[in-house]
This record gives sequence, structure tokens and C-alpha cells, in this order.
Amino acid sequence: MRITVNVWRQKNADAKGSMVSYALDDVVEDMSFLEMLDVLNEQLTLAGEEPVAFDSDCREGICGTCGVVINGIPHGPEVTTTCQLHMRTFKDGDVIDIEPWRASGFPVVKDLIVDRGAFDRIIAAGGYISVNTGSAPEANNLPVPKEDADHAFEAATCIGCGACVAACPNGSAMLFTAAKVTHLGLLPQGQPERESRVLGMVEQHDAEGFGSCTNIGECTAACPKGIPLDVISRLNRDLLGALAAGKA
Amino acid sequence: MSVDASLEFHEVGEDIADAAAPSGPIERRWDERKFSAKLVNPANRRKMSVIIVGTGLAGGAAAATLGEAGYHVKTFCYQDSPRRAHSIAAQGGINAAKNYRNDGDSIYRLFYDTVKGGDFRSRESNSYRLAQVSVNIIDQCVAQGVPFAREYGGLLDNRSFGGVQVSRTFYARGQTGQQLLIGAYQALERQIAAGTVEMHTRHEMLDLIMVPDADGTERARGIIVRDMVTGEIETHTADAVVLATGGYGNVYFLSTNAMGSNVTATWRAHRKGAYFGNPCYTQIHPTCIPVSGDYQSKLTLMSESLRNDGRIWVPKQPGDDRHPADIPEDERDYYLERIYPAFGNLVPRDIASRAAKYQCDDGKGVGPGGLGVYLDFADAIERMGRKTVEAKYGNLFDMYARITGEDPYTRPMRIYPAVHYVMGGLWVDYDLQSNLTGLFVGGEANFSDQGANRLGASALMQGLADGYFVLPSTLPDYLAAGPFEPVPDDHPRVVEARQAVEERVEKLLSINGSRTVDSFHKELGHIMWEYCGMERTEEGLIKAIGLIRDLKAEFWSNVKVTGEAQELNQALERAGRVADFIELGELMCIDALHRAESCGGHFRAESQTEDGEALRHDDTFAYVAAWEFGGEKPVLHKEPLEYEYVEMKARSYK
Repeated sequence: MRITVNVWRQKNADAKGSMVSYALDDVVEDMSFLEMLDVLNEQLTLAGEEPVAFDSDCREGICGTCGVVINGIPHGPEVTTTCQLHMRTFKDGDVIDIEPWRASGFPVVKDLIVDRGAFDRIIAAGGYISVNTGSAPEANNLPVPKEDADHAFEAATCIGCGACVAACPNGSAMLFTAAKVTHLGLLPQGQPERESRVLGMVEQHDAEGFGSCTNIGECTAACPKGIPLDVISRLNRDLLGALAAGKA
Repeated sequence: MSVDASLEFHEVGEDIADAAAPSGPIERRWDERKFSAKLVNPANRRKMSVIIVGTGLAGGAAAATLGEAGYHVKTFCYQDSPRRAHSIAAQGGINAAKNYRNDGDSIYRLFYDTVKGGDFRSRESNSYRLAQVSVNIIDQCVAQGVPFAREYGGLLDNRSFGGVQVSRTFYARGQTGQQLLIGAYQALERQIAAGTVEMHTRHEMLDLIMVPDADGTERARGIIVRDMVTGEIETHTADAVVLATGGYGNVYFLSTNAMGSNVTATWRAHRKGAYFGNPCYTQIHPTCIPVSGDYQSKLTLMSESLRNDGRIWVPKQPGDDRHPADIPEDERDYYLERIYPAFGNLVPRDIASRAAKYQCDDGKGVGPGGLGVYLDFADAIERMGRKTVEAKYGNLFDMYARITGEDPYTRPMRIYPAVHYVMGGLWVDYDLQSNLTGLFVGGEANFSDQGANRLGASALMQGLADGYFVLPSTLPDYLAAGPFEPVPDDHPRVVEARQAVEERVEKLLSINGSRTVDSFHKELGHIMWEYCGMERTEEGLIKAIGLIRDLKAEFWSNVKVTGEAQELNQALERAGRVADFIELGELMCIDALHRAESCGGHFRAESQTEDGEALRHDDTFAYVAAWEFGGEKPVLHKEPLEYEYVEMKARSYK
């Protein structure tokens, strides 16, 4: 099929970007979206033009590296990662707009690549359980109710792709932050640092320039892993508890 | 077959030995080694610096642990975050000899299974240690909050995996690698916040710096990296260097590895003198989604747990292109069940892979290009009901449907083998130190524990064993002699390494030929898959070496790399990696050619039993092949393998 793509081109962080249109004549429906971009890049390279820079790595939906806004929707029309979107979702003659994540917390590095270093810094501000290697007790000494373990797992499946931020009208990273607060807060191992964790992570979230959460829910709708909105309620509860306890 | 056909392509050097290997009863060796290792006073640790390249399970865990201990650690990864290393993609699980099921498992049994699974080409001491620390790994991960699957009583669940008869595999749905990596990543971020670890993302190692100290000992003291955002070439020095940069399966272009997985760090170290161990040992996984067209960029693995309930078949008639539902039962060949009645669809990975290849070679393959076999759940759905099948395999079925556009509940899946893991890697001793003093190698990047074949759920185990427990115990023994004399930026070795890197970058950008980097990578992949893939022959390998040499010459005269050096330039990144893959491919073929036996993931057509099973030659080949870089004629050093505990036996799954 024939596809036209309008791609955001921006030489570097300081340059001004613009949408540039390219035509592809031989798109196959079994191609993944990123393979379509690979084909475009081969075409551009042979024509002596610079290929489009975009991030991708595992291409099986788990590493969280890829992610672009496709026709205004993070990761495109299917609820999955960009790498798992296939061209059979589109039809002959379609025009597709491709843009990077847009959020003040994610500055553009080049073309479709953004800097998501803020996510690492949010984790570094408390998204862990402090246990040095070697000091762990026997694993089965600490039973965890299956229900809690399953819920913790659900929150822990976040891949850190940033689609939640790109989808949020406020550019908030609250779903990402709350997923970690929920994962660790549901487990007995996570209790000792429950209050300091939520305070540290929320403070860092705000310092990174992400917006506030106003419970719109676009984040969870765009999340390729289906992280539920109630993780944010849990974060708010923990946050209020910590503040009320005067831990801030 | 002439015995010496390979000698035209390599030299033979002196035998080597693992000088760090302890002796005595196997169950005491690791304790003995830890006790004999020198310690570093806690107050002195912050004066000792370690560079760690790669932040997957091995690198991330080692960085976090050494940081906790108080060492000054600098880490590097090519990804935009350490959380994205390819360890994240492992699905199935992680083995540990906890014996929670009371089913007869023990450290000794896991050790035995590992040695046997490795087809008697791994070291007993290393495999034993791996089994020993496996129990500590689970404790550590649980304490970190890794959400392993649990039973209703709240205790950890296990499953049986990869053709073993005990249930020792811990798992987190189909995302075990992700959860383990996130655990290590969080521990790493905690140390970054604490200031013990300095993290450099989007940095790619392009050379190793070896510097002689006052008494002339050459030591690994640093690396040259390229900042992948600005293009700047930087120098980083330390007292020791650890490479934990993963495997090189992408030499085949199509593999289950991530797009960015590459051999450059280890290959550059190899060029600086580090021996490459058993490069030809590759694992080909039988249950991957087949190639759909020449635009294909990677292959997707589906957990081999699918083989527990799915039945594998092909049409009996070659070229039968009917819809699978229209092929009656008696015109189907459930070939694994027919040939291996005892194990059926659960035969080990290499046997299942090769069997699929033979069916397709006979023209019985299904799907595009005839490169696929059916994995059919119709019987399972009838037996257990669709609901149960959904609960067990739902996410895998969804993934298959998304990629292929076919519904696996109503039409059998198509599967085909794909390159998945490499057992080969840089040669290391028991301490995980390479033959270059001060250069340590962990995880898939080293060759050490898996022998010629790896059991399912053992890769995660090895990565974390190396990272959390082995390197943090053995590195201090080396560092105790430090800190070493600082290496200034204008040291001749630094200047030389930087210049070499800069010249190479300039060279790649200046060729301005007519072929893209990817076209070279794909051609290399075709050569490797055809001649150094599931089945290898002397004739094919010799042909491949010639083809690769031609390809290398063409690459360096006709590749087209767009853009500039001083910017984010993905074409340039790939060009450097492909150039190294081409050289590695040649060494893999030479290694495969010289090893005129079949073992584990290495199947030489000339060496098989009457039944078509792999035939080892223990009298000739019971050694590790450690290759010294030598341009067109690498030098082979043999490390003889001895088995004191496990009797060398032929594998049989009939």
C-alpha cells in the first residue's frame, strides 16, 4: 500500500523543528510501524538524505524505548507500544502524522527522540527498597498474600515509555510515579520506606517540570501495559498519610 | 573430511589454564576462593574506581552491589536508561535450587543439569558456583520487591521449565526478565542517588585502554566512549574495567535480541588482546514467530512453555498449501512425537530447532517462504477448555495475533527457530577476569558457565549470579593491590586509543559508498544463518569465511553513512557495530570449522550418530577454545576441561 508520513524533523535540542512529508510506495501490512520507518530510512539514505532518528530497542513491547505520537495519539490507534503496532491497522492512501512525545519534562533530543532522564531521577528519589546485596532474609520467610502480589505485579509492569506523560493534557507523570509507589507500597518489604518514598518521588516529579494530575485519565487510556488509574488514588492516599504524619 | 582443514585459517598457540580455579571438594570451592581473596578496607573503597559497561542483570547488579560496598563506580549504557537493557525481554523465569517443591532438587542437581545441559563443555567449578548462589539470588530479589508469582498461601510459586524434571523455576508471569531487571535498576538508582555510582546513558564504548604500570604489568585502566547525543569522544579511566555488554546474536541480523545489542565492547577488548571463548556456540530457540518479509527487523520469541501443551506438526505432503484446518489428521506429521516418543514436543531447544529445519528443508514448511511449522493448540483447547488455555497462554496468544494478524485459537500458530542466546563470549577465569589483567566480564558477555548449550531459565540466573555475588567478591581481590597510579588524559596509550577511535569514525563517514549499513548487516546475517546456523559443515564454513572476507572488503569501500560525527547519528552507530560483527562472524566460522564435532548448540553435519543425533568427540574436543586476535589468522589456545564429578555421557532424548 501507499502511505504518506508527515514526520517531525528537528536537528538537535536547540534547533527549530518542522513537519516534513515523505511518500512510501511499498508498505506491506505485516510490517510493524517501526519497520515502515526502517524502510523510509533506507530510502532516505540511498537518496543521500539523513534518516529519521527514532528510539527503539527490543521491538517486542517490553523495554519501553520506543514511542511516538501517531496521528495525535501516543503509540497510535491500538493500545500497545509503537513497535507492536502493525501497518495492517492503516489502509492504502493514509496520511500519518508522526511526532515525538510532547511534554516539558521530555525535551526533544533529535527528530522523534526525547530525553526521558527525568523518569530515572524520579526512581532515584525513592522508587526502591533499601536492601543491600547479601542482607536478604530467606525468601519464603515473608509470605505475601497472592492478591497483593498480583496487584503489585500489575503496577510493576510499567515499562517507563512515557506515553502517559505524552497523553496527559497537563504533561503529568503521575501514572508512572504512582505505578512504582503502588508496586512497592503493596508489598510488606516496601512498608518501612512507604512514606519517605512517596514524598521523595512526588517532590522529584514536580521538580522535573511535569504537570499536576487532575484525574483526566488520558494516561491510563494510552498506557500500553494497562496500568490502572487507581494507582494514582493509592499514591494520593500515601501522600496524604505521609503529610499528615508530618514527614515532609 | 580432512582433520586439518581449519589450520589454513588459524594458528595454534599454547594451552591455557584457569589459574584462579580452586581445587578441593566442589561444594567448598567458592567458599575457599572467597576466603583466600584479599579484602579492601571499607575506608579505602571509595578511593578505588571501577568502570562497568552495560547495565543489564550482570552490569546493573554489579554496579549497585559495588556501590553499596562503597567503591566508586562509573557505569555506561547505550540505551537512554539503564532500565532498558535487553535482560528485560527474558520471559520464562529464573532457576534456583531452593527445593521448595520437595521434589528432589538440590544444588548438586542444578549443577548436574547445567553441566549435562551444556553438553560437557562448561567448567564444573563455575557451574557448581552458579547453582550455589542461585538460592541467594531469589532471596535478594524478593527483598527488593520483585513480584514473583505466588501461591494462595503467599509463598513463592515454581514451575518446571526447559526439559528438567523438577520445578525450580521462579517466574513473574511472562515478564520475569523485566521484573528482575527493574529490581537491579532500582538498586542501581538508589546508589546513583547516594553518589556511589556515576551513570552515563547513551554512551557507547568504542575501545579499551590498556596501560602498563611501573613494573610493566599491562592493566585494563579505562575505556574510550562516544557520547551518542553530542558525538563527543570521551576518555574514562579507573582501577578496573568490567564488561557486561550482553550477547552477540545480532551477528545473524535477525535474532530475538534488541536492535541495539552488539558485540563492539567485547570485540574491541578482543582486538586489544582479550581471548574470545567458544564464539561458535549459539543457541537457536525453536518457538519464534517466523519471518514475514525482507523488511523484517527482528524476531520475536514466544516462551517455550507453549510446547507444554501445543503440538508441533507439518503436512506430510511437501508443498501442501491447504489451510491447516483442511488438512486431515492422517495427513499431518507430528514429527517430534513420532521421532522422540519419550519427550515428544518437549525435546531440548537444539533438537526441536533442527528438526523444524529438516522438515522445512524437505519442503514441508508452512507460511511465507515455507519457513515455519505449526504449533497447534486445538487438542489443548478441547482437553482443557479455551478459558484455561487463555489463562495460561493468553498474553503469548495476543502477541502472536498482533504480530501475524492470525488468531491462534482457531488456526495453529506458525513457529520457526531463531537465534536467541550465545554461550560464547570473552574468556574469563573463575574470578571472571579475562586474560587481560584488570578486565572482568560478566553475564552473557563472558563464555563461562553454560558450556555448549544453555538450559531454559539459566540466563537470568547467570547474569544475577555474576552481578550480585561473583564480581563483588572477586573484584576486591584485584582492587586490593590498588588504587593504581592515575592515568592522565595525555598518556600515550590514551592518546593512541582516542586517535584510533576518531580515525575510525572519520573513515566510516568518509567512504560515502552506495550501500546502506543495514544492507551489509542483512547480507552478513544471511551468510551466518545459512552456513553457521543450526547445521554447519566444513564445506559451508569455508565458503562462509570467503564470503565474509569479501563482504568486509566491500563494506570498507562501499558503505554509505550519512550525517556527521558531532551529532546524534544512528547510521554511524550501526556502521561501527556492523563492522565489528563482520569480523566476529569470521571468527565464529573459524571456530565452528575447527570444532569438528557436534556439541550443544553447535551441530556439525559430519559428526552425528546413525540416528542423526549430535556426536561429541570428547577425546579431541573436551576443551574451551580461547581465541587470540590475529587478524586473518587467529590463534587458538585450548583450556582442557576435566570432569571429576559428572560422568561424560552422550545425551539421548529418544
